[in-house]
Amino acid sequence: MALSTTAAPPTIIRGDADARHGRRSGVFLSLPFLVFYALFLLGPLAYGAVMSLFNTSIVRPGLGSARGLGNYAEVLRSGDFWSSMWHTVQFTLYTTPPLVVIALLLAMLTERVRRGKWFYRFVFFAPYVIPSASVVLIFTLVFAAQVGPATTWLTAIGIDAPNWLGSPGWAMISVALLTLWWTLGFNYVLYLAALQDIPRDIYDAAAVDGARGLATIRHIIVPLLGRTTLLVIALQVVASLKVFDQIYLLLYGGPNFATRPALEYIFDSGFTDYRAGYADAASLVYLVVILAVSSLWLVAGRIAGRKG
Amino acid sequence: MYHHSGIRRRDLLRGTLGLGAATLAVSGCGSPLATGLYGANPPGDALTYWNLFTGGDGERMIALQKIYQDTHPEVRLDAVTLTWGNPYYTKLSLAVRGGVPPDIAVSHATRMTTLAQAGLLDPIDPAALAELGLTADKFSEAAWQRCHVGGALYAVPLDTHPYVLYYHTEVCRKAGLLAADGTLKPIAGADDLLRAMRAIKRATGKYAVVTATISDPAMCWRLFSTLYWQLGGTVLADNGTSVVLDDDKALTALNFIHTMVDEGLMAPHVDDTGVPVLFSAGEAGFLFDGEWDCTVYLTNKTPFGMTGFPQVFGDRYTCQGDSHTFVLPHDPARTPARTARSLEFVRTLLAHSDIWAAGGHIPAWDPIRDSAAYRAMKPQSSYAYVADSVHYDEPAWYSGSGSSFEIFMGQAISEVQQGGMTPRAALAEMRRNLDTFAKTPSPI
Repeated sequence: MALSTTAAPPTIIRGDADARHGRRSGVFLSLPFLVFYALFLLGPLAYGAVMSLFNTSIVRPGLGSARGLGNYAEVLRSGDFWSSMWHTVQFTLYTTPPLVVIALLLAMLTERVRRGKWFYRFVFFAPYVIPSASVVLIFTLVFAAQVGPATTWLTAIGIDAPNWLGSPGWAMISVALLTLWWTLGFNYVLYLAALQDIPRDIYDAAAVDGARGLATIRHIIVPLLGRTTLLVIALQVVASLKVFDQIYLLLYGGPNFATRPALEYIFDSGFTDYRAGYADAASLVYLVVILAVSSLWLVAGRIAGRKG
Repeated sequence: MYHHSGIRRRDLLRGTLGLGAATLAVSGCGSPLATGLYGANPPGDALTYWNLFTGGDGERMIALQKIYQDTHPEVRLDAVTLTWGNPYYTKLSLAVRGGVPPDIAVSHATRMTTLAQAGLLDPIDPAALAELGLTADKFSEAAWQRCHVGGALYAVPLDTHPYVLYYHTEVCRKAGLLAADGTLKPIAGADDLLRAMRAIKRATGKYAVVTATISDPAMCWRLFSTLYWQLGGTVLADNGTSVVLDDDKALTALNFIHTMVDEGLMAPHVDDTGVPVLFSAGEAGFLFDGEWDCTVYLTNKTPFGMTGFPQVFGDRYTCQGDSHTFVLPHDPARTPARTARSLEFVRTLLAHSDIWAAGGHIPAWDPIRDSAAYRAMKPQSSYAYVADSVHYDEPAWYSGSGSSFEIFMGQAISEVQQGGMTPRAALAEMRRNLDTFAKTPSPI
């Protein structure tokens, strides 16, 4: 648009009309999205914000009695809420580093394979397309006490297998292992694509300068993949904050609520305990925390970008 | 020039309309899809039934459903089994709120109270039951009473499932605890029970009693509540809005548990997987457990017997328990014909509840409980005498089988059993949680 207004004076008027026309069609084209966005996101969010000030119950009509900020006070004081927040953080800490490092390693190894690359790409990516319910079925068998392969194989090589799903200390690690196997493929594909973008000549130049193996990885691959790594970490943190299905299906947040993530706490309060108003307050507190984390991330990214 | 490439708008519209019409035609008005999409009534010949039974109970329930289907070929029975506990009650509540409830469902008696108070159940007309021959005098009294909410009947009991005592006959014979007929000599009072357990510990050289102390808080709650209720205590009043926990009685019960662990009579760290291993191998002579686990020991041929949980305290016998019941989820579109069909389903299952009783549950239907066939069923009928003394969880929106209440109470007790908490600290922990819930505004 800017081009057409400055290039040829006789077309200025037409250009303005074009711009106006373009703006209008832009609004019209995004209207379906905006309508859905307002209907299914902004609307419920506003309704939820109202409900969070009441003793709203899902089994009673209407909003119920007013409670002011009582729901928020209860959320902030609730040990169960904060421990579920901690479980979400714990999950993020357990899964993000291996999902980044192992995905990168596998992508680099695949790049070096001469023949049958398709096979490795397929094998590493395949688990990602399995639905969560099926993944959980598989891992219920893998982690089964006494008889599951995770236990019998360790026992066979003389290691005492932990109580994978039964002990509060190990349950989250088991969930992290499941998630690692399941979602690794996505990061792997991102890294694979980024690796193919590194021009051949850089490797050649480095080789001429005498760079070998590890030096190539440290000084060429890792820095050149920096942007991809930032993207992968950001996606990973967002996905971890939303963790629900595999934990709910595998353990229902147990044993002793040791793996219950924030989302399940909200689900349990709202649907199992019928306390919709309270659950809304909890989810708004959670929303604020997520927004805070994301903006910190954005700011950090900007600062790092300016330095780089 | 304007070229048409691909689909024209008119074709698209036509296609969409056609597809919609085809969907309607294919689905008819009776399929589950149609019910879900436009809230159509299910077909006239269907009976949808939700339950929470898996494992041995699940197999016996399927056998019962088959009997119903064989004797009622005109009805299309659509039975759904869901994970028990909170997931089940959450789905049932949401199905009712969403306007697509099953015709009939199973509920624990203790959870039924909350469902009924929340308006999620339809009351059952005793006259309609009487027409089928199902009258109050033919049911276990305690179970039948617990099926009422605010004076109205909301459920029909299938069974009573108490917390009981299992004994390993070989170990107990060695310890001199068996009578001439091979059953356990009666045990009365705390000292008597401790004496018996010490004798067993000498016989096994390991433990006297095993019970799940890890990862099964409801089981820990059953032990504590049985002792506490025998002392005459009450935990909750006014539908859970006030806490009436008696410190002295609670401490007496917790101290008794502590003594069993302290003397090395009770195995301190055992989960649900470890329990059958220890008990079957005779490394403990007693097992404190729900009667529903008897299938495990019948299958692996452990030499064992069962009896009511001993009277440890007080002089009025009681033990913790609950009942499985049938309920009618609230449905504004419920027709008398569908209610009648649902109740006939209940009648059929009760009439064959001897199959159900084989899994350990005491049938709530007297004609089966008094039958010679049930009495001959050993060890499943040897604790039938406790049925009317069973104590149910006190009603509250957060209590009942598998509820938050059982979980937080059980966790404190579990800590005492594992030696991580003193009885006094556990009591403080219980009180802290109870106060939180009692203060929370009830959502029902």
